Amino acid sequence: MKVTYIQPDGSQQVVEGIEGDSVMQTAVNAGVPGIIAECGGSMACATCHVYVDAAWADKTGTRSESEEDMLDCAMAEMTDRSRLSCQVRLTADLDGLTVHVPEDDF
Amino acid sequence: MTETLIEGHKPLAPPPGIPVLDIDPYDVDTLYTPHAYYEALRAAGPVAYIPRYQVLAVGRFDETKTTFSDHETFVSSRGIGLNDFKLEKPWRPPSIILEVDPPEHTRTRRVMSKALSPKVVRGLMDDFRNSAATILDGLLGREIEAVVDLAEAFPTAVFPRAVGMKDVHTRHLVDYGAIVFNAVGPDNVLRQRDMARAPEVAAWINAACARDRLTDDGLGALVYAAADAGDITEAEAGMLVRSFLSAGVDTTVTGIGNALWCFSQNPDQWEALKADPSLIRPAFEEVLRYTSPVHTFLRTADRDTEIGGHPVPEGTKVLCVLASANMDPEKWGDPEVFRVDRRPVGHMAFGAGIHGCVGQNIARGELEALLSVMIEKVDRIEPMGEAIWRPNNAIRALDKLPLKLIPS
Repeated sequence: MKVTYIQPDGSQQVVEGIEGDSVMQTAVNAGVPGIIAECGGSMACATCHVYVDAAWADKTGTRSESEEDMLDCAMAEMTDRSRLSCQVRLTADLDGLTVHVPEDDF
Repeated sequence: MTETLIEGHKPLAPPPGIPVLDIDPYDVDTLYTPHAYYEALRAAGPVAYIPRYQVLAVGRFDETKTTFSDHETFVSSRGIGLNDFKLEKPWRPPSIILEVDPPEHTRTRRVMSKALSPKVVRGLMDDFRNSAATILDGLLGREIEAVVDLAEAFPTAVFPRAVGMKDVHTRHLVDYGAIVFNAVGPDNVLRQRDMARAPEVAAWINAACARDRLTDDGLGALVYAAADAGDITEAEAGMLVRSFLSAGVDTTVTGIGNALWCFSQNPDQWEALKADPSLIRPAFEEVLRYTSPVHTFLRTADRDTEIGGHPVPEGTKVLCVLASANMDPEKWGDPEVFRVDRRPVGHMAFGAGIHGCVGQNIARGELEALLSVMIEKVDRIEPMGEAIWRPNNAIRALDKLPLKLIPS
């Protein structure tokens, strides 16, 4: 399945992902810039913040309170499309998912 | 029916077909030089039986990460050491964040996570940098014992102030962590020695965590504010402040000592860091991967399960050897090489999953501050004698690190 990461300058990177992996892990494996993922997925750092593309917003699920607490600490502004990409798992439904990498993730 | 316990947990016969590793992971000599044990553990299989303590152990990256993260099967509430809290009373009241499972864990973790958030840490960075500069200015150009003079001096200056502690006892603060971490091991000489002095140190720590011993503008006050808001009780707030001191001093001291050791042994990597300050944070991740300040924590199987196809009965204690996972060549390719540009995302030094170190942002903040000041002021880090490690049942720390910091 494919995930598209769009950088703040508009450049796109299409990455092959594996079902069950997180959107963060998929980005890290491919070296996508701006997804630092310092804590490795423990919801402790907010450095894997992404904005889910409007077309996919309904399919990526809801944020837990703990995820919202951490997003509130991210460098880039939290919006209703903000997610920690470590908390979004790839499922068949999400093949083709597009996310936007924030300007300053760190 | 009563059953004789082994190190406070249920005896375990080796499950049929499981690889057996006849080694004492907590032998003092093994703790001094553990890498042959890690290699033997990974070579044995995805999981191995250790007859000495009748436990299982995992040390390959994949199984260590999976076991450590599966908090529903491999619980923390029965203790993260060899004692099974379900069968034997722990030496201190269990931590209400480390030694607990959801849903209780979710509530306390959230309070701590907010108190130690990236935003809070950003507000502490100026103090961290200023304190690092002051301490370093007093150490440049002469022989120092870097464990006491820098690795202990820096966190014990900044962290109690960040917490808002009115009482500071440097020795007790550093030693409390070491005591807590030795306690997760077997009843060996290290644990016995630390249990003998635990009452005095723990009494001081507990008293220092009271609301009236904290300022109203620190991390401690943030935790007590959660009590005022009704999210936790007053007693729980004291317990969580205690967690700052169990897990936030000795660990950071160890991380700094280990970082200084890495750079003293790899001068080319110090040059690389000076040349590219954007590598400061990735370099600390590599220090963590390479030295694993917490080398081993345990989990307890809360039901019959399996690891790597081998059956694991309920009540089994499983050593999760984080330091071995961080040295697994299958995962890292060349794990024995210290490279500041490796960017080892997903290393196990802070654990993984819901119990991943809640203080990792502040640890990174302290190290970023210290290393960023150091690359300005220190041209070379020269060893002035042999570095000596300090055996501990869960921590891999230096005991002595003679260095000279040659000024820029």
